[in-house]
Amino acid sequence: MTRNNIKDLILEIIKDIDEDADFATLQSELPLRDQLDLDSMDFLDIVMELRKRHKLQIPEEDYPQLASLDSCVNYLEPMLKNV
Amino acid sequence: MNSNQQRIVITGIGLAAPGADNLKDFREQLLTGTSAIKEIDLRYFGPAAAGICTFDETRYRKKKENKRGTRAGCLGVYCAHEAMADAALDIGYYDRSRIGVYVGLTEHGTVETENEIFNISQYNYDVNYWTHHHNPRTVLNNPPGEITMSLGITGPHYAIGAACAAGNASLIQGVQMLRLGEVDMALAGGISESTGSFGIFASFKAQGALGEAEDPRMACRPFDMARNGIVVSEGGAIYVMERLEKALERGARIYGEIAGYCINSDARDFVLPYGKRQAECMQQALHRAGLQPADIDIINTHATGTRQGDIEECKAIRQVFGEAPSTYINNTKSIIGHAMGAAGVLELAGNLPSFEDNKVHPTINISNLDPECALPNMVINKPVQIPSVSTILNNSFGMVGVNSVIIVKKYKK
Repeated sequence: MTRNNIKDLILEIIKDIDEDADFATLQSELPLRDQLDLDSMDFLDIVMELRKRHKLQIPEEDYPQLASLDSCVNYLEPMLKNV
Repeated sequence: MNSNQQRIVITGIGLAAPGADNLKDFREQLLTGTSAIKEIDLRYFGPAAAGICTFDETRYRKKKENKRGTRAGCLGVYCAHEAMADAALDIGYYDRSRIGVYVGLTEHGTVETENEIFNISQYNYDVNYWTHHHNPRTVLNNPPGEITMSLGITGPHYAIGAACAAGNASLIQGVQMLRLGEVDMALAGGISESTGSFGIFASFKAQGALGEAEDPRMACRPFDMARNGIVVSEGGAIYVMERLEKALERGARIYGEIAGYCINSDARDFVLPYGKRQAECMQQALHRAGLQPADIDIINTHATGTRQGDIEECKAIRQVFGEAPSTYINNTKSIIGHAMGAAGVLELAGNLPSFEDNKVHPTINISNLDPECALPNMVINKPVQIPSVSTILNNSFGMVGVNSVIIVKKYKK
C-alpha cells in the first residue's frame, strides 16, 4: 500500500464509524480526536477494522501511534507494504 | 399526606409501534384496526410474521450514536424525547438529578450477542474479533442508560425485568419512586428490540407458540379459533409521570391518573399462564384503586394468541367481572403483535385516548370466536362508541409466572 492508500483506508474506516465525519478541513499532522467526533471507543473500532481487513494485531502500547493521520500512515506503512 | 395517597398522573407519551410513531397516528391505527404486521426474513430462521417500527431514528441523535448503541437504545431515546415534547417539558424544568428513568424489558442483549457470534463466525470463531462494544450494549441498563445520556438526566436509571409484564412493572416503579419522594419526575415505560433475535422466534416455534398465517396481517388473532401463537414485535413507549400537584402547577395536559396496580407471581410453571393468579392480580389492583369490577369501562387484555393463554385470561376475567354489563374488552396485540417489554405500556397508551373520544378500539382478526374466550362486550373487528370512559384496566402477563395489572382513571379534580 502507498502512503496515500493507507490514508484513504483510515479515512474510509472513520467514515464507517461516523458517516457524518467531515474531512474537508482535516489537518493530517494534528490529532484526529481534536478535529473529529471520535473517542477512545472509536479508536478501538479503528484497531478492530485493521485487524478484520488486514489481519493486523496492533498492541495496546502502540495505540498512541494512531493519534493523527500522519502518525497512522507512518506506523502502518511497514506493516502494509506488501498489501 | 401519606405517600401512598399521593396522586400520580401521566402527562406525556412518546411511542414507536409497528405502524405508528406517535400517539395520534397510533390511536387512528387502532380505531381502524389496521394491522402493521409483515413478513421479515431472519438470519438462520427464514421468513416470519413480525411487527417492525418505522420512525425518525436520527431526530434526536446522530447515526454514529445509533450505530454504537442498541436498537432498544435507539427506540428508547426516540420515545423519551417524544414524551418530553408531548408533555411540553424542557429538560431543565425539573432538577436533572431528580428525574428517574425506568424501562421495562422482557430481555436485553440477546440480539447483540447473536449478532456478535455471527460476526466471529466470519473469522473462524476467533474471539479476537469480538467487539469491545459488547458489554456496554448488553448490560441490562443499556436502554434506560442511553436515554439518560441523550437527555442529560443524572437521576437514577435502571431496567425492570418482568418478562412481558415489564412495561407495566416499570410504570409501577415510576409511581412508587414518585410517591417515595425519590424523584420529581419519572420517564417510565418499556422497550422491545426482540425482532432482531432469531433465537426468540425459534424458541416460540419450538414451543409451538409462534403465530403464522399466509397473510402476516392475520398471524396475530387472539380469541379466534384458528389462533396459533405469538407474533413478535419491536416497539417502545415511554411516559412522563409526575405528582398531580406539580403537573397542575405547570398547567400540564393530563392523560390519566394511576388508580391502582398489582404485580404477583404464579409460583407454578415456566411458561404456562395461570388464570387463578391473574384473577387475584386484577382483584388486588381493583381493591387498591377502591373500585368494583363494574366500575371498569375497558379491560385491555394481554391475550397473545396462544391457545391456553387466551383461555386462562378469559377465565380470570370471567371470574372477576362476571357479566359486568358496562365493561368492554379489547386486545391491541391483534393489530400490532406482541411488543414484549413494551407491550403493556404501548397497549395502555393506545387506549388512553378513550378518555377523550369514548371509543373502544377493536380486537381484529376474529372470524370464529373461540367459545372458551367469549366474554360479554368483547369489541370485535369494529370500534364501539360508549357513553363515557373513565377507567381502563390493563393486563400484562409474562413467562415464569409474572402478572401485572394497572388501572388508570380519567383525571377528575
